Amino acid sequence: MHPAFSVIFFTVLSGAGFGLFALLYLADLFKLGGGMPGAHVFWTGVLAIVMVGVGLLSSTLHLANPKNAWRAFSRWRTSWLSREGVLSLAFYPFALIYLALYWLDIWPVARHLSGALATLIAWMTIFSTAMIYASLKTIRQWNTPLVPAAYLSLGHFSGGMILLVVAMMAKVDVMPYVLMSLFQLFVAAFVKMIYFYWITRIGVGSTINTATGFTRAQVRLLDAGHTHGTFLTQEFGYQVPRMRASGLKVISMMLAFGLPVLLLGLALKQANLALSMAALLSVFAGLVAERWLFFAEARHVVNLFHGSQRC
Amino acid sequence: MRLGLVIDLDVCVGCHACAVSCKQWNASGTTGALPDYQPYGAEPSGVWFNRIRHFEVGSYPNSKTVNFPMSCMHCEDADCVTVCPTGASYKRAEDGIVLIDQDKCMGCNYCSWACPYGARELDRSTGTMKKCTLCVDRIYDQNIPVEDRQPACVLTCPAHARMFGDFDDPNSEVSKVVREREGYMLLPELGYNPTNHYLPPRKHKPIPVEMSADKTGLAGKLKQFVNRMVKR
Repeated sequence: MHPAFSVIFFTVLSGAGFGLFALLYLADLFKLGGGMPGAHVFWTGVLAIVMVGVGLLSSTLHLANPKNAWRAFSRWRTSWLSREGVLSLAFYPFALIYLALYWLDIWPVARHLSGALATLIAWMTIFSTAMIYASLKTIRQWNTPLVPAAYLSLGHFSGGMILLVVAMMAKVDVMPYVLMSLFQLFVAAFVKMIYFYWITRIGVGSTINTATGFTRAQVRLLDAGHTHGTFLTQEFGYQVPRMRASGLKVISMMLAFGLPVLLLGLALKQANLALSMAALLSVFAGLVAERWLFFAEARHVVNLFHGSQRC
Repeated sequence: MRLGLVIDLDVCVGCHACAVSCKQWNASGTTGALPDYQPYGAEPSGVWFNRIRHFEVGSYPNSKTVNFPMSCMHCEDADCVTVCPTGASYKRAEDGIVLIDQDKCMGCNYCSWACPYGARELDRSTGTMKKCTLCVDRIYDQNIPVEDRQPACVLTCPAHARMFGDFDDPNSEVSKVVREREGYMLLPELGYNPTNHYLPPRKHKPIPVEMSADKTGLAGKLKQFVNRMVKR
């Protein structure tokens, strides 16, 4: 698959935004580390909402005809893409009410209710985003429950890292935040490693034989019928060289999970905020590389009609 | 009704006439112009509803070239319609034709991701997805003779490799020929239940490639002599 940068940017940013909001609400509910000051909670909530908003806006950049984008809210009964749109829009009123009530410091029951609902919707939205990919029978590397597992765990991991930095700024007891981030780091890293292991040993699926119906002989493409590329080759033909893919895999895992642990260890020892910011940057650089690979390594079955032997 | 095509791989000569005729008809059809990008440039490309691939089946000397026209299969379980977030993609209840409402499409490409047959192509000039309409603006046209109420690709095929009809009617030409010649679907394991069927090449006697048998006997010698004398 051709990796479109607007979609990579969108999934990483809005996933982290939703994860951040959910964890912020839970941390505030359970007063993690003694509870953060109100201003920190409020502005972190605003940051989460802005991240989600910027992500959503950037996702419209890959539309060829964005003037019809409003229609995407209509087919939520069947389409995961529509569900994602509806849910991410439904997230806003609850999240905004939560933050407004926080700012005004009134009606604690209503505040908790709207916060809990926004958190629930945030989880459902990340799941819908992942199901856009996981529901496609045409791309075997995506058609797996590991995809929603990875999106949920990576969204919470990256959001939790932001929350950890905020906790360090707020000078509360950071230990609970550190433990939470470490736990999420290991879950996300394991899910991603299982995914990487699984797609290299994916087994037999559709082949050029089932695509053409000639299952008793070797089949090879003589001519694709077009002189230059088509929409199909541009959209689905992209193939990442194997060596580059495995190199990028190592780099993305190191940036997303390895380096942040080292930097955070140092940052906590010296109470250095710049180092924890560097850890955060490293996480997001790693996730962009991970998302790029997620698209680049996916092989669509239509490639069988353009010369691939199997997908 | 379940309208669709049967493609006879035994007689398709791979001339691309169906694709050209499709482009000609649909360029002014219901889904509007089908643009070409750099048609006379170094990298010609464009929107087509119908594309012909050429495969080699088997390995030499027991091999065969098979020409393989492909367009929308008008699937029974069309995922391209289910995944469409705007409702632009739809499958008609009355005849099973899958169409795209050009006024609703937002060009997200998601339907093309869901299609395993590569039937959907984005028109980069309008920003909307386009696909085979089974010449819906032609097959119901009361102003043209009955025999012309067929898709452009079927009418133009010089080898009669394409047939159009109703698969729900067990006595239609397409149903009969699929039954008799063991017509099959592409990528059946994905479960899209495509309406279009393909007829496999018939079994032919192999054409002898060893000519040594001709060299023996008086008749063989005479043949060799004639072959030497006659310039072809």
